[in-house]
Order: sequence, then C-alpha cells, then structure tokens
Amino acid sequence: MKKTLVALAITGFLAACSSTPTEEPSKPAATPTAAAAPAAPAPAAPVQNLLYPPKGVGGALGQRSIYYTFDKYSIQDQYQPIVAAHSDFLVSHPAAKVILQGNCDERGSREYNLALGQRRADSVRKVMVAKGVKDSQIETVSFGKEKPHNPAHNKAAWAENRRTDIVYQGE
Amino acid sequence: MKNSLFRLMGLLLCLVTFASRAEVTLEIVTQGDHQIPIAVLPFADDSAGGNAIVPVVRADLVRSGLFSSVDATDIHPAPVDETQLNWDVWTGRHADYVVVGNVQVQSDQTIEVRFRVMDVATKVARLSTGFKGPLSQYRMVAHHVADAILENLTGYQGMFSSHIAYITKHRNQRSLKVADSDGYNEQTLITSNEPIISPRWSPDGTKMAYVSFEYQRPMVVVQTLATGRRRIVARFKGSNSAPAWLPDGKHLAVALTKDSHSQIYMINVDGTGAPQRLTFSSGIDTEPFFTADGKTMYFTSDRDGGPQIYRTELFSSDLPQRLTYGSTYAVSPRVSPDGKLLAFVQRDEGAFHVMLQDLATGQSQVMTDTTLDESPSFAPNGKYIMYSTQLQDRGILSIVSTDGRIRQRLTTQTGDVYEPVWGPLQ
Repeated sequence: MKKTLVALAITGFLAACSSTPTEEPSKPAATPTAAAAPAAPAPAAPVQNLLYPPKGVGGALGQRSIYYTFDKYSIQDQYQPIVAAHSDFLVSHPAAKVILQGNCDERGSREYNLALGQRRADSVRKVMVAKGVKDSQIETVSFGKEKPHNPAHNKAAWAENRRTDIVYQGE
Repeated sequence: MKNSLFRLMGLLLCLVTFASRAEVTLEIVTQGDHQIPIAVLPFADDSAGGNAIVPVVRADLVRSGLFSSVDATDIHPAPVDETQLNWDVWTGRHADYVVVGNVQVQSDQTIEVRFRVMDVATKVARLSTGFKGPLSQYRMVAHHVADAILENLTGYQGMFSSHIAYITKHRNQRSLKVADSDGYNEQTLITSNEPIISPRWSPDGTKMAYVSFEYQRPMVVVQTLATGRRRIVARFKGSNSAPAWLPDGKHLAVALTKDSHSQIYMINVDGTGAPQRLTFSSGIDTEPFFTADGKTMYFTSDRDGGPQIYRTELFSSDLPQRLTYGSTYAVSPRVSPDGKLLAFVQRDEGAFHVMLQDLATGQSQVMTDTTLDESPSFAPNGKYIMYSTQLQDRGILSIVSTDGRIRQRLTTQTGDVYEPVWGPLQ
C-alpha cells in the first residue's frame, strides 16, 4: 500500500528567479513630489499661473491636512476653512492640480482602511467640486494604513495618521 | 535595459533566499491538555541524503499541540521495524504509538520513506505507508509523513504539507514571501518600497493574487509562482484591491472604486471582459471571501453605519444578511473550509480581537488576548487560525486552534510580519 507522491514539487520557486517576467508593465509614474518642481516662482510671474500656494503663506491656505476621528470620513467644522481656502485657490488657478491622499490609523483591517481612506479623500473632493473646482484638477488616492506619518502605536500617532493630505502637483 | 534590471533583481532575490532559510521562527505558547504520546524512532538510513526526516516529523507533531514526543534517543541500535521493538520499553514510557521506518535515496536524487505506526496496546500496525519526492525537498516529504500520522491518529485532515504566505516589512522595504507551514524554505515573490497587501493563493496553489501600490495607487496583481510572471488584473480608475479567488481559479472578486465608493465586482483573471458588479450599497463594501463551493460570498460593509460582516448568495437579488451584532466594528470575514465557522476581527472597547462565530448558532467568542489583531486565515484542515498581531511594538504572526487551547507564535528577526494567509495542501 505504497502511496507515491510524484507531484511533491513545490513547483520550483527557484526557477522563477532565472526567468524574465514577460508582462512587466511600463515604469511607474514618478511620485507627485518628484515631478519637475519649478523653483520658487519669480515675483513678476502672473499670479494665476501659480501651481501651488506659495510657501510661508499663513492661515488656512498654509495648511495641507484634514484630520478625522476613528472610522469617520466626514470633514469636521474646524477643517472646513482649509478645504475652502484650497478650493478658492484651485478655482482662481485653473492650471493648479491636487492629489488628495486619504490615510488611516493602524487599527483594524487593511482593506477596510483602504476603502475608508478613499472615502476620506473623496469627501474632500466633493466639497471642492461643490465650491467650483474642476474635476480635472483633482485626483484622489488612498494609502489606507500603509503609509503612516507617525509609526508609533499610541493615540497621538493614530490621530496624526487619520488624515487627508492635499498635495499640489509640482510642489 | 528594463528587462535586464528585473533579471538582476531576480538573481539578488535568489541569493537572499539561499542565505536565509528559516527567517521566521516558530514558538509554541500554549498547548492542549491531552496530547497523544508518540515515539518516532530514528528511521534506518535517515541521514543518507544528508538531512534527516524524523526530526521534521517530530517537530510537526509536537507543534500541532496534539502530540507529545516520547524520548527515543537513548535506545541503540534503534529498532527499524516492528519485529525489533521491545514493547515493554514503550509501555513503560507511556507511549501510545511507536513509528518505525526506513529511508532510501535513489540514484535519481529522489528520496523514498516507508514507515509504520504501531499501536503499543495492540501491537498492530495502525498505518503502513510511504512517500517519495525530490531529495532537495526532503522537508516536504517529512511533512507528508507527519500529515499521514496526524490524519490516522486524530481524524484531522493534514496541514503540515501546506504553505503560508505573508508580508514582511523592514524599514521601508516590503516583501511578499511564501514558506512551508513551519516557516522553513522561505521564498521571496516580490520586494517593493511601496505597500503590498492582501496576498491570496489561487485554489490550486500555483498563483498568488495581491494588491501592489508600486504604481502609486493600489492595483491587483496575479503572479505565477513557478515562473515569476506578473500580470496586473485590475487597474481601473481609483482603488483596486481585496482580491478573492473563485473556486474555478479563473475569476476574482475585487473591491473597486471606479464608480465612486468601494464596491465588489467580479473580473476574469485573464483580463478579458468588463467587471461585473456584485454588491450594491451606498457605503463601503470590501473584503469578499467565498465559501469552498463558491456559491456564497461573505464581505465587510458599512451600509448600516459602522463596518459589519454580511453574507449573500452570488448573483442573488435578496438583500445580504448581516451576521455580526456584537460591536460597532467587525471586519475581515473568513469561513472555515467546511463552511461552519466564521473568523473575523472585532473591536471591543478599543481592542481588536480575532473572533470565531459558530454559523449554526450565531454565537461568537473572543479567540485572543492581544489587542491589534488582523487578517485571520484558516489552516486547510480548518482546525487552526493564523493571524497577525503586535507584540512589543512589532508585527508578528500567531496561530490559535479553533478550540482555543493551542497557541503558537511566528516572528522574524527584524521588522514586522503581517497579512498571513494559509495556502492549500500540496
């Protein structure tokens, strides 16, 4: 009663190492922050050609992040002025474009957090579009809980990581 | 130039693989009360091929929490068939079973193991069988021996001859890896500086679907293990994630945000055709999981407020049925191979625990005492659940038996390990 297992092979993973992937897609697009960044705009440049609010600007326009409570994606009142300020900027600077990056804290499921981060980014987009920003000026992406700003495992880190970042192209 | 770069990367991965044989180490935390005492005697010519089978078999059996190993190291020469057994010795050592056997290495570099499981009480063979495989895969041959013993003496189906997959993260570098179920023979499928999540074995164990952020947003990739060939199977606008294989191995359910918020769709693995929408809600629907027959889909949805677990028959027009009511946050449904148990993660007073629900009664119980649990995955025999959690600020893998009595831990030497998923038996 001999049971023969010929197909024991773990289908040689080592073979994988010597073969060339045939369907590698084209090279990834450069990250937004690596895109050709113009040097600080010359003072004489027309203002509407600005691609992002100038550095050092104060007030709501100087802030780039909206924070959330656990498992929520609605924008709290205290962050509405930030979204409004960037919406105004985008309306008055049609060449400017943003990527809204949704993020979550480390607790719970990676996949649910990925969807939640997308909702966070989309909630900001919705307000911006309602304020007159063109759809073509906004991209959204979720990083879920995969790219925490603060890698610590405590309440302060979690609060910091539940966030939508407004990232200007070229900035 | 691009191709040669990838070839070079592949070569480097091979070198890394050879250098680290058991990067993941396994430790038994608690075990059950009633182990079966078994003596696995040294097999004749066991080290002929340079590596011994018996230590692997013993380690498997003990690791299961179902057996205790009766010492047999002091008996020389070790009996290699039942006619040489001194039964009084094994009765005196309270062994219920004694395993004797022999190993032959063939000229074609295959290894053949024959063994018998002897019942000490009756002096009769419970099992007499053998396995054969490439010498280079002697550990897998040993896992098959251990599975045969497990099946014969406990009625459990095998699990040692399975593989596991998981993701490691060291600094910014993430790697998707596969290994034997005991953490040995670790192989790296892909390494990236961008996140990788949700690895899922194809039903036949030859491919892996996973979510890669290498193009700055999540896309679903299917990689063939034997060749390393990768194909992006979902790259729609927005987020592409949460792959779940249908039993035919030709379709995947995925979560897409192409039509606005996250909903579940079915796609063809070969990239043909348009996605077919499977869920219709105004909230987040994600984390599909299919029963073994592929007819029933479990998933996570926040359609009623917070995330909860739902069940629906595929393509049914009935409203999905909600299964979890014990907390405001229940995610990551996985169903046991026999369809009777639901594992998921629940938030209770700020702590995230793996839960187990008896689907017949609806009763759920907390399975862990850790507080940041994720990603439960059933062993192929349904008797164990592997999951990731945190210990001393590091991501580790843990295993708990479905009766809660047996606990194990798998850790890496550096960095975090997470997203474990148990593959099918080989």
